[in-house]
Amino acid sequence: MRLLAFSGRTAKEILRDPLNLFFGLGFPLVLIGLLTAIQANIPVPMFELDHLTPGITVFGLSFMTLFAAVLISKDRESALLQRLYTTPLTASDFIFGYTLPILPIAVAQGVICYIAAALLGLKLTITVLYALLFIIPVALFYIALGLICGSVFNSKQVGGICGALLTNLSAWLSGIWFDVDLVGGVFKKVADVLPFIHAVELERAVFSADYSNILPHFWWVLGYTVVAVVGAVLLFLRQMKKQ
Amino acid sequence: MQAIKTVHLTKKYKDITAVDSLDLTVEQGELFALLGVNGAGKTTTIKMLTCLTKSDSGNAFVNDNSIITDVAAVKSIIGVSPQETAVAPNLSVRENLELMCGVHGFTKEKRQAKTKELSEQFDLTAILSKRAGKLSGGWQRRLSIAMALISEPQILFLDEPTLGLDVLARSDLWDSIRALKGKITIILTTHYMEEAEALADRIGIMKDGKLLALGTSEEMKTKAGTDKFEDAFVAIVKGGKKT
Ligand SMILES: Nc1ncnc2c1ncn2[C@@H]1O[C@H](COP(=O)(O)OP(=O)(O)OP(=O)(O)O)[C@@H](O)[C@H]1O
Ligand SMILES: [Mg+2]
Repeated sequence: MRLLAFSGRTAKEILRDPLNLFFGLGFPLVLIGLLTAIQANIPVPMFELDHLTPGITVFGLSFMTLFAAVLISKDRESALLQRLYTTPLTASDFIFGYTLPILPIAVAQGVICYIAAALLGLKLTITVLYALLFIIPVALFYIALGLICGSVFNSKQVGGICGALLTNLSAWLSGIWFDVDLVGGVFKKVADVLPFIHAVELERAVFSADYSNILPHFWWVLGYTVVAVVGAVLLFLRQMKKQ
Repeated sequence: MQAIKTVHLTKKYKDITAVDSLDLTVEQGELFALLGVNGAGKTTTIKMLTCLTKSDSGNAFVNDNSIITDVAAVKSIIGVSPQETAVAPNLSVRENLELMCGVHGFTKEKRQAKTKELSEQFDLTAILSKRAGKLSGGWQRRLSIAMALISEPQILFLDEPTLGLDVLARSDLWDSIRALKGKITIILTTHYMEEAEALADRIGIMKDGKLLALGTSEEMKTKAGTDKFEDAFVAIVKGGKKT
């Protein structure tokens, strides 16, 4: 009940910001449209819809980090969070209340990407449902990252770190736009130990029913998700105590 | 039973002692005004009493609940209007009020009744569907105070409630506060001497984290040998400089 009231507020704050809607939903759609147009003229296997769309759904999740981080950092700067800290809401109400409402937004973003891709000619099978299901642990990782950034940085820093750095990291090191193998060397090694490429490969494997490729990437994602969630809880509690 | 009892309550920030071994009691149903120059430690005292900030030493009891060991009990009986306006900007006025009902676990009927009651009391009825962030500063302030009252607290903390209010709004708020007098305990801070004089049963004057004077405004005027309470305040605070 208490959690519900606070989660409702989180969802409203995020969905009522037109900028959020534009970046969170508009941007991935623009990318799908643009790259498909390019692909129509110069065929690049990388940008074929069945390869591209799962990647874009993962890339779009970096905006979930931004949503969570911006909201939390702004809340921390305003007196609202102070007021709420003096109410019977508990620490877990806050952590769940910031996290849970973003999960359906993340899945909705995936749904919209797949619908757009289907309109552009992507053939959908039952695997799209599995792909959307596997979005959840990946989204949890990105949201937890948002909780971490929102708990540690102020709202200006969040804009730079989550808005610019993270979206770029999750774009360049994800293998969505180009094959990391082609670059090789240190770049590939770095990309391989970070979660982004594994999240994209996981989604691709699930979507294309390439079952043998699911688990190896899934463990990477799961590991990072667990670490991020633990970090998020600890850092959120730390900032709560520091009031 | 005493509504508030602090025992050597102390808060240090690095090299400064914001609240210095404060011993203070406030009776149930009393309206207590905490005065003092900027940086005297009023807000810090309120933050400790409302479990927002941890004290470094000492203890305090809010309706016999320790702020250190009975945090949940304290939070369920207090209402706080922070020094800075604390509203959720992207929520409407009604949603802000309902959010506070929600985090206190009110039923739907009670939520509707309290929202109606408070919006009538604070003249918010006409702007219930407006976004809080779009209101003028003074109207946000009214909403912020209404949000503190909606939970039917036994003890209400008002940190500079009339800051930024126009003359009419201030007089309305005074009426609202008077209407609560005797029913609940109110701790109020203010920089307006006439406000403390008009509303408070007893006044405490703080400086450098310590309580300099405690009593009714009449007692303080007599003690300082002045006709006006403002002069008494100045005399007490200036006198306190030497020690
Ligand atoms: N978070 C903080 N970190 C460091 N110092 C702080 C912090 N909060 C308050 N202080 C210091 O503690 C002292 C008391 O501050 P406090 O806000 O309690 O004063 P106040 O009486 O409410 O003043 P004002 O009338 O200006 O609101 C000040 O010297 C202030 O600088
Ligand atoms: Mg203050």
